[in-house]
Amino acid sequence: MVATIMTQTQAFQANSPADDSAMLATLGLAGVDELFAAIPPDLQTDAFRLPAGLSEMEMTRRLAELADANARNLVNFCGGGFYDHFIPAAVDALAGRAEFYTAYTPYQPEVAQGTLQAIYEFQTAMTRLTEMEVANASLYDGGTALFEATMMAFRITRRRRVLIDEGVNPIYRTMLKCYSANLAFEFVEIPLRDGLTDRAAFQAQLTRDVAAVIVQNPNFFGCLDDLSDLIAAAHRSGALGIVSVYPLALGIVKTPGAMGADIVTGEGQSLGLPLSFGGAYLGFMTTRKLYAHKMPGRLVGATHDAQGRRGFVLTLQAREQHIRREKATSNICTAEALCALRALIYLSLMGKTGLVEVAELCAANASYGWQKLTAIPGVKPAFHSNFFNEFALSLPANAADVISTLIDKGIAAGFPAGRYYRGMESVLLVAFTEKRTKEEIDCLAAALEAALC
Amino acid sequence: MKLIYEKSVAGRRAVRAPRRTVPGRELIQKRLLRARPAELPEVPEIEVVRHFTNLSRLNFSVDTQFYPLGSCTMKYNPKACEVVAQHPGFVGIHPLWPQLRGGGQLTQGALRLLYETERLLAELAGMAEFTLQPLAGAHGELTGAMLIAAYHRDRGNTKKHILIPDSAHGTNPASAALAGFQVVAAPSTAQGTVDVEKLKGFINAETAGMMMTNPNTLGLFEPDVRRIADLIHAVDGLMYYDGANFNAIMGRCKPAEMGFDVCHLNPHKSFASPHGGGGPGAGPVGVVERLRPFLPISRVVKTRDGTFSLDYDYPKSIGYVAPFYGNFGVLVRTYAYLLLLGREGLRAVSDHAVLNANYVLSKLKDIFPAVSDHCMHECVLSAKSLVAGGVRAMDIAKGLIDRGFHPPTVYFPLIVPEAMMIEPTETETRETLDAFIQAMRELAQTARANPAALHAAPVTTTVGRLDEVAAARNMDLAFKEKKSE
Repeated sequence: MVATIMTQTQAFQANSPADDSAMLATLGLAGVDELFAAIPPDLQTDAFRLPAGLSEMEMTRRLAELADANARNLVNFCGGGFYDHFIPAAVDALAGRAEFYTAYTPYQPEVAQGTLQAIYEFQTAMTRLTEMEVANASLYDGGTALFEATMMAFRITRRRRVLIDEGVNPIYRTMLKCYSANLAFEFVEIPLRDGLTDRAAFQAQLTRDVAAVIVQNPNFFGCLDDLSDLIAAAHRSGALGIVSVYPLALGIVKTPGAMGADIVTGEGQSLGLPLSFGGAYLGFMTTRKLYAHKMPGRLVGATHDAQGRRGFVLTLQAREQHIRREKATSNICTAEALCALRALIYLSLMGKTGLVEVAELCAANASYGWQKLTAIPGVKPAFHSNFFNEFALSLPANAADVISTLIDKGIAAGFPAGRYYRGMESVLLVAFTEKRTKEEIDCLAAALEAALC
Repeated sequence: MKLIYEKSVAGRRAVRAPRRTVPGRELIQKRLLRARPAELPEVPEIEVVRHFTNLSRLNFSVDTQFYPLGSCTMKYNPKACEVVAQHPGFVGIHPLWPQLRGGGQLTQGALRLLYETERLLAELAGMAEFTLQPLAGAHGELTGAMLIAAYHRDRGNTKKHILIPDSAHGTNPASAALAGFQVVAAPSTAQGTVDVEKLKGFINAETAGMMMTNPNTLGLFEPDVRRIADLIHAVDGLMYYDGANFNAIMGRCKPAEMGFDVCHLNPHKSFASPHGGGGPGAGPVGVVERLRPFLPISRVVKTRDGTFSLDYDYPKSIGYVAPFYGNFGVLVRTYAYLLLLGREGLRAVSDHAVLNANYVLSKLKDIFPAVSDHCMHECVLSAKSLVAGGVRAMDIAKGLIDRGFHPPTVYFPLIVPEAMMIEPTETETRETLDAFIQAMRELAQTARANPAALHAAPVTTTVGRLDEVAAARNMDLAFKEKKSE
């Protein structure tokens, strides 16, 4: 048993030692340890090998040292599903308002209309971007969103098998396998054909026990496709079409809604969220109204009060864990509300025209990059399809080695596809955002050519 | 307030796209493009700024109001932690960079931060190892349940169910189910802790483990936790610690020493990272030595030369539960907070959280019956004595709003009628607590004298009580413009 003598005010504790003594006296207690009398003494310890607390200045200095130990000012052509887009200043300024970020899940709607209306507006934005009917309030990230979509397809179809395209981000496919280890589901992975979804291979597997086909557009190699025919084929056998998307690309790219998709998921990082070493990111999901009751996560709906004033509430909560417990549509509780707010602010700032322009700029930079890079002797396009802002090159060398060489020139030249795809050790995946300039792309081309000769 | 879409006027815009520097245009075939632009708002920047600034003012938040939402730990979020997390050296790094050059040479600072955070959490919880991958508390629970499943599979055990107290958070049973387990509810005693004698009847060879929160959701320490752990371990089951209430015992108890094998902690609760209006959070998971091989990959390792690297070579690992290393931005705040508080500070957090909760309890239990005379970091009161007069816990909650307080959690835990769960946290002053206590006492008087006044509450907000039945029936989940005639 340890005795604590509270003589000094610790960081962020509000009361002084005199307050503590007065409050303890109110409780009829002589010391703070008596507050913990319910804990058996043998479960209490003071054996913690932890450092003493730092002042704010010392902590700030320590964190700055760590931040400075990371690479800075690399010209980044590395994407792989996570992109270095520009973020307008107003996103940080508005999402940085403490009335948003120090609130919690809007269980009391009258004092959370700010958060609730923002979520409703976010849901609206995502339905318009994907051309679907309903959206949820957010999920953790693009990968967990895809898993949730898969579970949703199982609930809707009562079937236990899914066909997944190998063009779906390999990280997400690895996550799906991880989550399915304890559940009686079967994942069938279908290899690509010249970088695109292999229709015949899907058709051959599309039996009456398939719950869904899962595809990604643009896919991991940046290839664009119109998947309407595949989704129609899925529907003919009673399966759903699940499409994972890159939301910024939807500024110009054909929407999953127009392709007939049933469930759409994606990683929202491109919509005003920094790369931030992998998180916090933003999973999202949109679907048809018909399936709203099968959806995971929070949903906000518009309604009114007794005086007829419009307001917003969490709705269809009977799907959720706090009511249904083990029978809920998902175990999700909190997701990524602040990240959804950032995405909404970003989309509001870009607006109807701005999002198109940014997407066009990404695609134009990539087109120029494609011309420059495929002109290098020995460098060939890995595939022959259209692309949005990322494409795969076949190099006459090991892509990982080339990337390492170019880092010394201050360039992150891309991602080595061989990291996830066997036999693709010479394939380099290069991504372009609106932040890349002609000069930087020329510089990449020159450095790549030099590294290869 | 109008929606941002209702403020849209064709031709207006906020952000100007950067100038095109490359010659030529994109080469995408028309059939692969969308037919028409998405109907996003057309608003100037000032309208976007006013819209979201004014929306923010419709929220109650920790920075503006006392927010004693039980179980959620709405404490002050230090600004220093916010500021350091925005450092360009943190927000600008691509999660795939560690794979571009062996051993994460491009991200040594970030990997070191993750490694040191894992060590600090492991020491606090008494666990051998931590993973920072899980993206929220419930995601941590799922990860933990999957670790339990992997352990049993590896041992060749045929296990079917997980035991969960009937007072538990809904996420516990939902997470266990998602890891393939059946859920068996463990009954509580009249005092509100696990009934060990009854529990024995549920433990058998098919028991995979038990999930517990300690202190539990009633704010009570489970005194028999060691005995329960022994019973579960006797059938080769594993004990899962839901760290939702870890902030009551930080620096005083280690979950591993209570007999727990797996635990998750909530940085947005215990370690003061903000709740964000509903995320992002994080759910780091700690394990004892024998569960180490099953942890998610990648693992951050310290090499012999003192540098940090990512290791994927764990053949028994459950795999990836998140795409990368967790919600890194949240974890930066966690690390910063742990450094600021240190050993004494963390213990003081729990001391003061418990002191403040007991103070509130002692001043209110005469009018709102409590589950127990003492509590840990939160207290559960009941409004059941007001029901006969027509006032329910929700009415008290709405009445608090008109007095400038965020309501406590109501109707949870499920096993307490008309529950009001109050968690003051350590960051509130005595004056704030006294004002809240005063408001609660006045509301009890109003409930008896003039119940209709409480039924009408809140009246100070921009909207009154909203029609939730209509919301569910109408399913208006996205805005549609009315067609102009």
